[in-house]
Amino acid sequence: MGLSVLIPVFQDTQEKEAVLPERAEEAKLKAKYPNLGQKPGGSDFLMKRLQKGQKYFDSGDYNMAKAKMKNKQLPSVGADKNLVTGDHIPTPQDLPQRKSSLVTSKLAGLDIMSGQRPLLPAECKITAATACPTRPSCSLAKP
Amino acid sequence: MAGAGGGGNDIQWCFSQVKGAVDDDVAEADIISTVEFNHSGELLATGDKGGRVVIFQQEQENKTKSHSRGEYNVYSTFQSHEPEFDYLKSLEIEEKINKIRWLPQKNAAQFLLSTNDKTIKLWKISERDKRPEGYNLKEEDGRYRDPTTVTTLRVPVFRPMDLMVEASPRRIFANAHTYHINSISINSDYETYLSADDLRINLWHLEITDRSFNIVDIKPANMEELTEVITATEFHPNSCSTFVYSSSKGTIRLCDMRASALCDRHSKLFEEPEDPSNRSFFSEIISSISDVKFSHSGRYMMTRDYLSVKIWDLNMENRPVETYQVHEYLRSKLCSLYENDCIFDKFECCWNGSDSVVMTGSYNNFFRMFDRNTKRDITLEASRENNKPRTVLKPRKVCASGKRKKDEISVDSLDFNKKILHTAWHPKENIIAVATTNNLYIFQDKVN
Repeated sequence: MGLSVLIPVFQDTQEKEAVLPERAEEAKLKAKYPNLGQKPGGSDFLMKRLQKGQKYFDSGDYNMAKAKMKNKQLPSVGADKNLVTGDHIPTPQDLPQRKSSLVTSKLAGLDIMSGQRPLLPAECKITAATACPTRPSCSLAKP
Repeated sequence: MAGAGGGGNDIQWCFSQVKGAVDDDVAEADIISTVEFNHSGELLATGDKGGRVVIFQQEQENKTKSHSRGEYNVYSTFQSHEPEFDYLKSLEIEEKINKIRWLPQKNAAQFLLSTNDKTIKLWKISERDKRPEGYNLKEEDGRYRDPTTVTTLRVPVFRPMDLMVEASPRRIFANAHTYHINSISINSDYETYLSADDLRINLWHLEITDRSFNIVDIKPANMEELTEVITATEFHPNSCSTFVYSSSKGTIRLCDMRASALCDRHSKLFEEPEDPSNRSFFSEIISSISDVKFSHSGRYMMTRDYLSVKIWDLNMENRPVETYQVHEYLRSKLCSLYENDCIFDKFECCWNGSDSVVMTGSYNNFFRMFDRNTKRDITLEASRENNKPRTVLKPRKVCASGKRKKDEISVDSLDFNKKILHTAWHPKENIIAVATTNNLYIFQDKVN
């Protein structure tokens, strides 16, 4: 009867089944964010990745924003258009607190399993021995 | 070396030690960012987000405690990198240690390379167990003696003292990377090493800090044409002119430095063809390779992408020879994993010493091992619940859908904040180091 007709349909469903969860997830995402870019994993992702790192405020941006200047007259370097920045220009009030002074890692603390093992007295010496001055790096590498 | 797990002659993994704080409130600085055994396995180094390195040393085997191998105890700890600020770009440079790589031991001291996003440092870790005593002009505490009271001369001698381990930075390799360094790899010649950022790979000589050669540059002339970035790089373990680098598009390129000075053109391109009809929004993201590791033999390489681990034979470029699913049940959760950014998590992977088993981490503090010979796999959990030494770890199972069996965990109960990104396998023994967010677990195989 319909047996010979059923088989091709079955195969087709099986193929789609493997991809179905991913496609279903994609549909869910597009439903939530209809404006999601057409190019998946394209430039936007990568640009964001390249700029990983806390962007502190740029006093130039900040002052210009304060003066409500338009940016049109500035030379637009190619990359700027793709820069993924926040919605607003950070102000000094927005800045997170600077990191507190550095302490010894908890991994080097008392070891639960091996019992009481005091921190090596050498550790105090170590911080002194690391006095190899490194100036904050000013990026001279090629842009 | 025995296999991954399961019954019969396979290994049974036991809890050995756990390092780090118990409290749930994790300070950001304590987040472990890299774990690495040295070449003998005697030393185990960790790096964290706070820029600190902690080195553990395995105790000499205790003859009376024949049921377990030596424990790892703190040997040295130091601040490797400090937070810096790039004034030109108004960007903070994190002190987080991205990678640590050990140099093979050449003399009494140990050397390792540690790197953050911008700067690589060569650290020397040396022991001091004697000190000179009996100076003529100084007292034992260092104060200078009144020279008129010196009536005899003596030769200072070395006397034993409590062991002191000193770490000092020997070389600072800075200012060579515009983008963020993701890998370093020491060459088998033990003289040079690679450092890779998102778009470039540089070759350094360990003795020379003011110069490095750029050997791969994939930066497009127009940044809008950027389609892929470099995600990891490694030198071949035996061939000093061969290295590979992986990309965010799931490809691996093998380059030979003998071919040309600039290795922009690959010698081999490893890529698994994808059925275009299977493509989804997530395809490229989950195909991004987060880690690449050569086998010890040098014949194979392993890559880790979001959902799987693949083993490639260097002689075959068009597809991997083995593929292992790490957590396929996540495929139906990609939408939420994208929303909470977990889809971008970078898992690492590692080989055991004989290249017969591979290991990688997952969520819920689970980690997975795949035995290449028996084709069996096992899921284990790094948890303080199994705290007693020599407690055999119970295999875990995740239930993807439908009826959850007893002892299984459903996908929806997985804790995606508990990720195991970094694992390491002792080069010779069945000892593994598994890093959860802020704790380091050490497991060993059961020794009777």
